[in-house]
Amino acid sequence: MSAGAALAEAADKGNPAPEVPSGSGRRTWTPYILLLPGAVWLGAFFIVPMIFLLAQSIQTGTFEQGYEQTFRFANYTDALSEYWPQFVRSFVYAGIATLLCLLIAYPLAYCIAFKSGRWKGALLVLVIAPFFTSFLIRTLAWQTLLADNSWITKTLNWLHVTDVTRFLGLTEGDRLLNTPLSVITGLTYNFLPFMVLPIYAALDRMDQRLVEAAQDLYSSPWKSFRKVTWPLSLPGVVAGTLLTFIPATGDYINAQLLGTPAYRMIGNVIDSQFFKVLDYPTAAALSFTLMATILVLVGLYVRRAGTEELI
Amino acid sequence: MATTTREMTVVTMPAPSRRPGGPVRWLREHVIQLAAAAALIYMFLPIFVVVLFSFNKPNGRFNDKFQQFSLDAWTNFCGVAGMCDSLKLSIAIGLVATLASVILGTLTAFALSRHRFAGRSGANLLIFMPMATPEVVMGSSLLALFVTLGIPRGTTTILIAHIMFCLSFVVVTVKARIASLDPRLEQAAMDLYANERTTFWRITFPLVLPGIVAASLLAFSLSFDDYIITNFNSETTVTFPIFVWGAAQRGVPPQVNAVGALMFIVSLAIIVVGQLVARRRRHA
Repeated sequence: MSAGAALAEAADKGNPAPEVPSGSGRRTWTPYILLLPGAVWLGAFFIVPMIFLLAQSIQTGTFEQGYEQTFRFANYTDALSEYWPQFVRSFVYAGIATLLCLLIAYPLAYCIAFKSGRWKGALLVLVIAPFFTSFLIRTLAWQTLLADNSWITKTLNWLHVTDVTRFLGLTEGDRLLNTPLSVITGLTYNFLPFMVLPIYAALDRMDQRLVEAAQDLYSSPWKSFRKVTWPLSLPGVVAGTLLTFIPATGDYINAQLLGTPAYRMIGNVIDSQFFKVLDYPTAAALSFTLMATILVLVGLYVRRAGTEELI
Repeated sequence: MATTTREMTVVTMPAPSRRPGGPVRWLREHVIQLAAAAALIYMFLPIFVVVLFSFNKPNGRFNDKFQQFSLDAWTNFCGVAGMCDSLKLSIAIGLVATLASVILGTLTAFALSRHRFAGRSGANLLIFMPMATPEVVMGSSLLALFVTLGIPRGTTTILIAHIMFCLSFVVVTVKARIASLDPRLEQAAMDLYANERTTFWRITFPLVLPGIVAASLLAFSLSFDDYIITNFNSETTVTFPIFVWGAAQRGVPPQVNAVGALMFIVSLAIIVVGQLVARRRRHA
C-alpha cells in the first residue's frame, strides 16, 4: 500500500491544500458528509470488486458448472508459467512507448510553454483536439497509415529505415503493420497527450528568470537546460511517464488492431481468458498480478524520483 | 531586479553578425520548433486519414484505400445498421455518467481541498488509485463482482463503471481549480459581512465553475470513448466503441469515419468557444 501512498503524494506535490477559512477551524462533520457519496461509490465499485477479483483468482471449476472457492494459489503459478512472455512483452512495449512519448512530448511541451508567444492557447487546443476523436477510430486510422501499400511504408522502405527496424527485431520483411513497431507506434500515439500536458504544466509554472540567470553566469544553453529547466520539469516528467506507462501496459486495443496474435500483450490474454476461453480464475489471477506488478514498479519509480532526483 | 537581469541577458546574447546566417544555422536554432512541428504532424496524421476516408466510396467491405470522392457517408449518416442506435446509447450513458460523476466529484473535491480531517490522505489515495489502475484490471474486477453476485450486465452496470472511473478525473480537475483560487476574494466577501452561504454561492462557486465545466467535458469524453471497461460489463449492450470494435472485424464503413470527423469538429468548436469565453471574461 505504501507504493500507492507515495504515488498519491507525488500527485499531490506542488498542489497542497491551501489553508482557507473553512468553518473557522471547528470540528464539523461537513468534510465527511461531502466525501461520503464519492467514497462509497469508489469503495463499492473499485475496492470491493478488487476483493472479488482476488477471490475469483483462487477458485477452481469450469464456467458451465460454476466456480468453487478452493484457495488454489497455484492458479497464479500456472497462469504465469504459461503467459509470462505476454507479461514481459507488455512491460517492454509500454516502456518503449513511454520513452518515445517523452522524446516526442518534451520538445512540444517546451515549445508551447516558452516559444509560442500569443499562440500558446491555440497550440494547446491543437494538442488536445485530436484526442477527442474516438480512441478506436484513431487506432484504425493507423491501420490505414501503416498498411503495406501506404506511402509511409513505401517511404521508409525506400529510405532503408525498415532494414534498421528489422535488424532491431521491430519489423518483419518490408511490412510495418502487424509488427511490434506498429503496436508501439499505436501505444505511443494514443497516450501522448498524457505526457505532453503534465510536462507543459510543469514548464509553464517555471520562472523563466532562472534560465536567464544561469545564462548571465555564462552557462551554455545546453548546460542551463540540464541544470535548471530539466530538474524543474521533473515533476511533470514523472507524472507524464506514469500516466503513459500504466494505461499502456494494460492496453490491448493497439495489440489487437495493429499487431498479430504473435505480439499479444497481457491485456489480450486477460480479455480472451474471460470471453473466449471462459477460464475466469486464470484471467483474474493474471489481472491481479498485473495490478500488483504495476503498483510495485510505480512505487519504486516514485520513490527513486522522489528522493534522488526531485530534490 | 527583473529588469536588470533582462538587460544583462541582452548584453550577453551573441551578436547576430558574428557568424554568417545560413540554412544550417537556421536549422540549429530552430531544432526545438522543428521537433515540435514534427510531433504535431504525428498527432494529426490519423485525424487527416479519418476525415479523408469519410469522403471515400470504398470498393468492397474494407475502407482502406481511397477510391472515389463521395458524400454518401455524410448524407446517409445512419445508413449502417445499428450505428446510430449505439451512438445514441453512448451519448445517453455519457450524459448520465457525467452528471453523476461531476456531482459526486465536486463534493469530494471540496471536502479534500477545503477541509483538514482525519483520513484525508487515505481519501486522496482512494481517489488516486483508479487513475493508477489499468482499465483491463478495473473492467475484470467489476466483471468478477457482477458475475459472483449474479447481477445481469447491461446499461446499468456500464453506468456504474463509467461513474466510477470518471469520478477521480473530476475530483482532480475541480481540486486544481479550487487550489488556484485567490483566498483573499473570499476573505473580502466575509469582511463585507457576507455569511458563509452567500460567500460560497456568490464568490466561490462561480469561480470554481470553469473547473466543473472542464471536468464535465473530460468526464463525457472519457465515458463516450471507453471500450475496455465497457466491454467487460456490457454483455450484449452495444455502445458506440463496441460497435466500432465489431465493425473493425468486418470492415469499417465510412460512416464510422464521419462520426470520428464530427467528434473532432464538435470538440474543437467546444474548446475554441470555451477559450474565447474565458478570454472575454478575463478582459471584462
